[in-house]
Amino acid sequence: MCVGVPAKVIKKEEYSALVDVLGSQTTVGIIFVPEVEIGDYVIVHAGQAMSIVEEEYARQSVEEWKKLVNARNPETV
Amino acid sequence: MSMLEILKQSSNPEICKPLVDAVIQKAVEFRQKFGRKPAFMEVCGSHTMALARTGVKQSLKDYVQLISGPGCPVCVTDQRSIDAMIALAEGDNRIICTFGDMMRVPGSNRTLLDSKIAGKDIRVLYSPVDAVKVAKDNPDKEVIFLGVGFETTIPILTLMVGEAEKLRLDNFSIWMTTKLVEPVLRYLLEAGEVQLDGFLLPGHVSIVLGEDAYQYLVTEYNISGVITGFEPAELLSGIYKLIDLAINGQASILNNHPAVVRKAGNQVIHQWLEKYLTECDEAWRGMGVIPRSGLDLKPEYDKYNAKKRFTVEVGEPKKTKCRCGEVIRGLISPNECPLFGKACHPMNPIGPCMVSAEGSCAAYYQYMRESF
Amino acid sequence: METYISLAHGDGGELSHRLIRDIFVSAFGDKNAVMFDAAAITMATHKIAVTTDSFVIKPIFFPGGSIGKLAVAGTVNDLAVSGAKPAYLTCGFVIEEGFPISNLKKIVTDMANEAKKSGVTIVAGDTKVVERGSADGVYINTTGIGVYQPEIGCSLEFAEGDAVIVSGTIGDHGIAVLTARGELGITAPVNSDCASLNNMLEAILKDTSGIKIMRDPTRGGLATTLVEIAEDFQLTINIQETAIPVKAEVHGVCDLLGYDPLYLANEGKAIIIVSAKEKDKVVEILRKFPEGKDAAIIGSISSKEKGRLLLETPLGAKRLLTRLSGTMFPRIC
Ligand code: SF4
Ligand code: SF4
Repeated sequence: MCVGVPAKVIKKEEYSALVDVLGSQTTVGIIFVPEVEIGDYVIVHAGQAMSIVEEEYARQSVEEWKKLVNARNPETV
Repeated sequence: MSMLEILKQSSNPEICKPLVDAVIQKAVEFRQKFGRKPAFMEVCGSHTMALARTGVKQSLKDYVQLISGPGCPVCVTDQRSIDAMIALAEGDNRIICTFGDMMRVPGSNRTLLDSKIAGKDIRVLYSPVDAVKVAKDNPDKEVIFLGVGFETTIPILTLMVGEAEKLRLDNFSIWMTTKLVEPVLRYLLEAGEVQLDGFLLPGHVSIVLGEDAYQYLVTEYNISGVITGFEPAELLSGIYKLIDLAINGQASILNNHPAVVRKAGNQVIHQWLEKYLTECDEAWRGMGVIPRSGLDLKPEYDKYNAKKRFTVEVGEPKKTKCRCGEVIRGLISPNECPLFGKACHPMNPIGPCMVSAEGSCAAYYQYMRESF
Repeated sequence: METYISLAHGDGGELSHRLIRDIFVSAFGDKNAVMFDAAAITMATHKIAVTTDSFVIKPIFFPGGSIGKLAVAGTVNDLAVSGAKPAYLTCGFVIEEGFPISNLKKIVTDMANEAKKSGVTIVAGDTKVVERGSADGVYINTTGIGVYQPEIGCSLEFAEGDAVIVSGTIGDHGIAVLTARGELGITAPVNSDCASLNNMLEAILKDTSGIKIMRDPTRGGLATTLVEIAEDFQLTINIQETAIPVKAEVHGVCDLLGYDPLYLANEGKAIIIVSAKEKDKVVEILRKFPEGKDAAIIGSISSKEKGRLLLETPLGAKRLLTRLSGTMFPRIC
């Protein structure tokens, strides 16, 4: 479960939200992420949203991987 | 790129395959400098599983030593606590609610699954908060949740208590046997039994704790840690950074999972923990009692504390040749246990490490037994 | 007619008679066969195939099917993958007292429809009613009789390089049934793949050569069935994770629960091992059928020693796959 799947918030209520995981849907608690908004991606653990995924940082990580890949020296492996 | 596409990059073979090469190159550089392989410990059960399932561990095995540590909440639970939870299920007029992982864990006499087959009301819940609903729907029964877990799971236990309070339930309680990451990392470092160049720190425990919570590793033990997610590119880049730090000989904590892990962790969760819980000593498998290594309900919530409401008698745990205690301390790899793959396999687990989805022995059995 | 099944429906008297006449005979047609204690059937005398299977499923109706459709398709497929042409079916019902007759009708209609689709005739049946609480709704057993056709079939003669084909997306049935139970609070727009495959499989047997084996990966899923083939015939089978068709929604539910699609049940899929030469033609034919539209080559036989199944991960690493061990439970994390 912790192997956080990106779950997208599609409907928000006071303490819970409906999320979409690659087309399947489930309700998760949002007590720990009160600031969550519709359209956000959250990390879900045992039925609770634990953190909101920040797009900017997610993008940065991808950029970083690409840099690592380009920096390697294809000759030695 | 849409957000979903960005997130999918973490398992994109076109990124991950060359990342493997990049990590290997770094590891070779380390070996040239130090004459040995770099060694890191992952302290999260899901890391153990993810490293093996994705093939990262297999791809790096000749270059990087990845040691599984005390990461699976079920495996690190002392046998006496396991026996107590199984004994708890024997009482009449009870409904035991649990995570699926607990069902097949071998007790000294039986498993929860055995008890369920024998007719005890034991329910596996996907969302633990549902246990409160079970209690509400069954007012004439005692409903007990088996509260096993690390920092990621513990907050959810407090939510359950909050919910039970709100509903004024008298028949709901949690059997708390939770574990904290910091005390066990300190235990391992003090014991100094394994030579490590750094820790692959659990991405999701870190959501709760925050990046800043690991500074003691640097200031007190001069060892690095990289907070890492669970997808192949995340794992590989985390390992890359660990090797890089080790080559430069500078200890530091890096957050390689910044999209979800904040500097100070999740503050809302901290409030919940503070309201309901207090530190307590916990017994760990193979390590004995580690002071202040778990969280228990504060005395004002005794009403919801199953340990205060029920007494269970358990004898001395049955002695087996299982070496889980050493496996979770990273002293031996699962295949060094004489029972591994012979008497002990997923259909007949002798120790908890073979049963839980995140257990080191189960991961090794499923994914690592042979190399190709 | 009454609304619910009562014990009297099973006592052999007037109510039993009416139940058989109004529900079974009217749906299955073949009056003569059903009216006697034993059905007299005729068939081209050659080698015949016989198989039997019992069906218990919760819920009885699920997206994409019902216990009735499953009871026909399951047995038809067991015959079809063994290379036989399914011809006749018998069915036995165990019904719980209080079961709604309207539901029984729906189930029987589903059976009749599926039988028609697959071209089998239901020739004999039996009903027992048990006290409330002694069964859960309805259980069905079906026995199928099929005919082996001369000159076509599976050779069981494997060679290195033989291709492994799966006829479509895996895990649909498992997820459809699991989410239909409603206990997990997860909804997935996934239908069970429950379907008879005999027409499609007959087409590949007739129009291509070099088919080595066919199996239907039901309980235990794709991985368990492939492990069985690998062990039974001492083959090393290699499959590629990225080549295995899985619906995104099925992935989603698996991620939420910690399940592996490789081990989820299928009720309308076939695994086919075929010579490398014929593999593309087989896929092409499969894809012409609605049940085979997502057919894909997922791997090959890499050697004829050491019965084992290897999965190549997207990183290119290989790992061993074993049988499903016990039931899958949702995980803690
Ligand atoms: S709860 Fe999460 S962080 Fe903890 S061991 Fe499991 S996967 Fe890792
Ligand atoms: S292989 Fe089995 S017996 Fe050995 S340490 Fe692992 S769980 Fe224990």
